[in-house]
Amino acid sequence: MIRIASSARMVLAVSLLAAFAFVLIGPLLNLALWSVAERWYTPFKLPVTYGTRYWEQVFRPTGDAMASLGTSVWIAVLTVVFALALSIPAGYALARLKLPMRALFMLMFLLPQAFPSVAIYINVARIFYQIGINGTVFAVVLVHAAHGLVFSVWIAAAAFAAVDRDLELAARNMGASPLRTFFTVTLPLAAPGIIASGIFVFLESLDEFTGTFFVGVPQVTTLPLLLYNAAMGGNYQVASITALILLVPSVLFMLFIERFLRADVLAKVGA
Amino acid sequence: MPTDLPNGPQSGASIAVRDLHVAYGGTRVLHGVNIDFTPGSFTALLGSSGCGKTTLLRALSGFVPVESGSIIVGGQDVAGLPPEKRGMAMVFQSYALWPHMTVLQNIGYGLKLRGKSKAEIAAKVSQMLSFLGLAGYEDRKVTALSGGQRQRVALGRALAIDPGILLLDEPLSNLDAKIRMVMRHEIRAIQQRLGLTAVHVTHDREEAMTMADRLVIMQAGRIAQIGTPEEVYDRPATAFVANFMGAENILPLRVARSETGATLTTGDATAQVATGAGAAQALPAGEAVAYFRDDVARLDASDAAAGEDLLVPGRIAARAYPGGVYRYRVEAAGRQITVDDADRHELGTTIGLRIPLQRLHIFPASEAGIAA
Repeated sequence: MIRIASSARMVLAVSLLAAFAFVLIGPLLNLALWSVAERWYTPFKLPVTYGTRYWEQVFRPTGDAMASLGTSVWIAVLTVVFALALSIPAGYALARLKLPMRALFMLMFLLPQAFPSVAIYINVARIFYQIGINGTVFAVVLVHAAHGLVFSVWIAAAAFAAVDRDLELAARNMGASPLRTFFTVTLPLAAPGIIASGIFVFLESLDEFTGTFFVGVPQVTTLPLLLYNAAMGGNYQVASITALILLVPSVLFMLFIERFLRADVLAKVGA
Repeated sequence: MPTDLPNGPQSGASIAVRDLHVAYGGTRVLHGVNIDFTPGSFTALLGSSGCGKTTLLRALSGFVPVESGSIIVGGQDVAGLPPEKRGMAMVFQSYALWPHMTVLQNIGYGLKLRGKSKAEIAAKVSQMLSFLGLAGYEDRKVTALSGGQRQRVALGRALAIDPGILLLDEPLSNLDAKIRMVMRHEIRAIQQRLGLTAVHVTHDREEAMTMADRLVIMQAGRIAQIGTPEEVYDRPATAFVANFMGAENILPLRVARSETGATLTTGDATAQVATGAGAAQALPAGEAVAYFRDDVARLDASDAAAGEDLLVPGRIAARAYPGGVYRYRVEAAGRQITVDDADRHELGTTIGLRIPLQRLHIFPASEAGIAA
């Protein structure tokens, strides 16, 4: 009786795990399959001809894909620089200084996420048209940074708040000026959190679609826009390969978070 | 442990605190504190939590802003100066070692700020480490050290900058009992050798008494008493100090003055204090409260002759054996009294509680009400 119950539980556990794995890995497998399918049409369940022709096409130096990957990375890097330049001082102020209406400031950075993004970006695009920056990398960076600031500011504030005040006071006590203390003690100790927030902003920028679509098209083509065009054009191979490329940084980020970010920093996010 | 001195004996700086008021977010924590710290002295700030001792230390170091009053170090008022301009080195309760730096970088931090070369820093740190019994630990991560070792690195960091003043914020409270005993003596020995002015905050009475030349007992943001360990222990100025220094037994008394001296009455017991004893003049008249320690009273037969002592009849309510002596709880004069005695007595026995008069700390009942 007990044996039946335990084997039943075993079967249930295995099938649940299998279902979970299918949901998680199934779409990825499909992507991988599509990326090496040179010919695949109904009624075949599997590709008819396999090959790396589309990989070669995507990675050809003159190809659209490499150019838009370059654009995507360039925009992401600028977005990170822009977001960190704002979020390091803002995060420090929110964590350390006695700010009136601190909660309101924190909420303000959340605001761009609080409304339907299409509505916001249409208006942003209109304003950018009027001041003549629509279709520039700068405009796309601005839009991405506004989107990324909520994460970078909140995470930076959490990272600074997790630095023990006594560690800063010890540096002051040893004779360091406030600025020196910040650069030799506070910033290095908050660095893992700030780097994580930078990576997060980088990833958000890398696969941001809506904003780029409204303020960047047609002059600025990022990887997600290329993916969209490829998918709309029925070129599932290029779309799959692009999607797989977009996946790589996310996996690296997850590994970084797992390795370097302490639980006490994560616990303070948004607090 | 300390083998050789990293630098020759130097003179500590003097500190004069005048009418110091400190408030935290609208709540006044220090109400006009006046103390002088002479060069080379070791002073312990002692008090229960919330009494303001840590605030006083943090005001000295510049970590909390001063509301009014002055802190004069070597003739200059530093009350308005930031922490980095005060020339005081602090050892924190949490040690506050920088986890992203090695032992060398931690101890060398202050030297680097002072523009010392790499070689000079390495030499000084190595000297400091052998002085502290941690030779060869330069490249260790501070997170890999034990509590006692971290404590020494924290001390080394503070001493490396040759401060005139060493501030100690409960530095031993995170150590286990055995290492704490060793560190007490080490810190005291180092302070003596270097001639530093040390200010030590603690809530541990024994630690304060064994380390310091002078105790400052604080109560609710004010100084209750300043004196040598003997003075504070044997002649507490107030009921609070008596109680805090371990005289936890309380007997209500009535004091009647007369031509020949004074008469003390508690319950059925009386005792005479002769005028010649000198103590009689100091006694408050009327209702009073006497404080005394567990170890000054003895158990005697209830009908023994009182002699020079106060003999209060009582009954044994509880007994414990903490080792060496028996510890009794005695009901006498309507109070519960704790007494140590070498002999074993049965519960419920009627006894006489013998207390030498000179070991009683007697204060007017009105004042004692605050402490009890």
